[in-house]
Amino acid sequence: MDIFSGLMHGFAVALTPGNLGMCVVGVLLGTIVGVLPGLGPPATIAMLLPLTFRMDPTGAMIMLAGIYYGAKYGGSTTSILLNIPGESASAATCFDGYQLARKGRAGPALGMAAIASFIAGTFGVVALMLVAPPLAKVSLAFSSPEYFGLMAMGLAMVVLLSGHSLVKGLLSMLLGLWVAGMGTDLFSATSRFTFGRAELLGGIDFVVVAIGIFAVGEVMANLEPTEPGAMLPVPKGLRNLMPTWQDMKDCRFAFLNGSVLGFIVGILPGAGSTIASFLSYGIEKAVSKHPEEFGKGAIEGVAAPEGANNAETAGALVPLLTLGIPGSGTTAMLLAALVLWGFKPGPLFIDESPALFWGLVASMYIGNVLLLLLNLPLVGVFAQLLKLPHYAMYPLILGVSIVGVYSNSSSVFDLGLLTLFGLVGYAMRKLDFPTAPMILGLVLGDNMEKALRQSLMMSQGDLSILVSRPISAGLLGVAVLLLVVPLFKRVNATRVQIIDQAEG
Amino acid sequence: MHRLLRTGDFWAGLAFAALGAWIVSQARQWVYLGEEGPGAGFFPMWYGIAMLVLSLVLVVGAARRQGEAGRPLREQWKGTGRALACWGALAVSVALLKLVGFIISFALLAWFITGVLCRKRALLSIGLSVAWAVFFWAVFSWGLDMSLPAGRFF
Repeated sequence: MDIFSGLMHGFAVALTPGNLGMCVVGVLLGTIVGVLPGLGPPATIAMLLPLTFRMDPTGAMIMLAGIYYGAKYGGSTTSILLNIPGESASAATCFDGYQLARKGRAGPALGMAAIASFIAGTFGVVALMLVAPPLAKVSLAFSSPEYFGLMAMGLAMVVLLSGHSLVKGLLSMLLGLWVAGMGTDLFSATSRFTFGRAELLGGIDFVVVAIGIFAVGEVMANLEPTEPGAMLPVPKGLRNLMPTWQDMKDCRFAFLNGSVLGFIVGILPGAGSTIASFLSYGIEKAVSKHPEEFGKGAIEGVAAPEGANNAETAGALVPLLTLGIPGSGTTAMLLAALVLWGFKPGPLFIDESPALFWGLVASMYIGNVLLLLLNLPLVGVFAQLLKLPHYAMYPLILGVSIVGVYSNSSSVFDLGLLTLFGLVGYAMRKLDFPTAPMILGLVLGDNMEKALRQSLMMSQGDLSILVSRPISAGLLGVAVLLLVVPLFKRVNATRVQIIDQAEG
Repeated sequence: MHRLLRTGDFWAGLAFAALGAWIVSQARQWVYLGEEGPGAGFFPMWYGIAMLVLSLVLVVGAARRQGEAGRPLREQWKGTGRALACWGALAVSVALLKLVGFIISFALLAWFITGVLCRKRALLSIGLSVAWAVFFWAVFSWGLDMSLPAGRFF
């Protein structure tokens, strides 16, 4: 199927009333989640994942993806009005967005965030549509050693950019591999790490761990006392939200910068939207004719990062859908969802599941338009969500978590595990262990072990198969380089600086 | 030395070291390399060793810094009381499921969070917990026809 007919097929799928409804629900939920600080897309997707098992997978995927990219739109509202990023991806928007709001230009800042998100988001979807099918064809040449190399490289990238300490990132990833390895070994039927419990013979469900780590852990972390921020008012009326023609002209390069850079960064595993938005902000400042205005209320300082974090979303779907390699906690969740619904993301995914792939692409075009339409006139309504009392939200999140896990397995034992992983997630946050490498290790653990063992079966136990094939050798070489390079102090200082900036 | 004992990295490193050692000890009981290639112990052996080595690096790093670079435990765990109380309540609520069912145990959990942890007025916290319990029953059990954990009594 060529790209044009694929896209037409996709629109036919995405425009059915059911799927259109799911798209609306997804982007609306995403915006709400993006606006609310402390509740992120991984936690929301984790909580809703079990509830999607009864749904049509295409509609469910459209909804979950809507939450993913919708949150990027919503995050800017909190950054601009409260100087607190609703999402880490919107942290860079705080610098100039909040300053603009303080100067009485909250409206144009919010409007520009929505417009830049729309332009870059749409660019990202076009690029996804053009890049994914050829990449899938290239990856058809991959065999087990190449897949092992690819997964090792992906994990190395995630570990590299996930936190200050490389050691903690690696330990977090190894913890994920260990949890993934629990249960019966499919090659030899040996039961591993089951503690004598029959419930663990099938392994620990990804949903239980993800909800525990993200949702329960997040509620626990949010229960710690924090200083509430003061919200700046939202201008009333659509006219007051529109940037001026001069603003639009000033942001021409920012739109391009955010779109292209965001998409490219998105393809790289581990980099993520936060890095994309900071890089884009840095470039915008570097090439600006008035860099001294950045940080004091430059409208380009809103357009560039907001564009980048939206284009990144589409970029991140490229390796996810064509190689089956997620690059972040949220895309790991989407991969798990696809696998649980019975799909196999990878080189054959587009050919085997055209309705899902093209339906998703088309829904993202529609979703971006919906988000623009929702975010411009309704930004005031979304901003009111910031006044919602947190004490009312915590029981809701815990309740959905319990129901989600129980609906998946009807097992109270799994609810015990949920509680346990909630504590693990909270302890990891407190001890500065990044959670994304653990989730990625968990998602990729089984496949990574399978790829490694299949490779060694092919070579009758000879490890050199991993380095004797050019692609796998190249990928493993990059993985090793990524983990060795931070040992050099100067490189590590730059790495930590990037992460520090990304964490605001 | 006592400063070292107050750093989170030190204790986390020890915990990971213990886990790594246990993983390696378990992996040794399984086939490492068989006739058909790597066995069940192959992969765990390697990540277990990696975990052990890295956790020792974490402990040694914490020891070398003597707690200077890492935040002290007391500061790191400041304000955790409410979080741990919430976790305890969740654990009790899950334990109660088989006895009293989801609706009652969840209402108790919601009341504990709003009334005790967030210190809201009794009327508000009781009203909110009942409202949440009814909401969950209405949406999931009645609306979506999903089975919620049932207890001996409810």
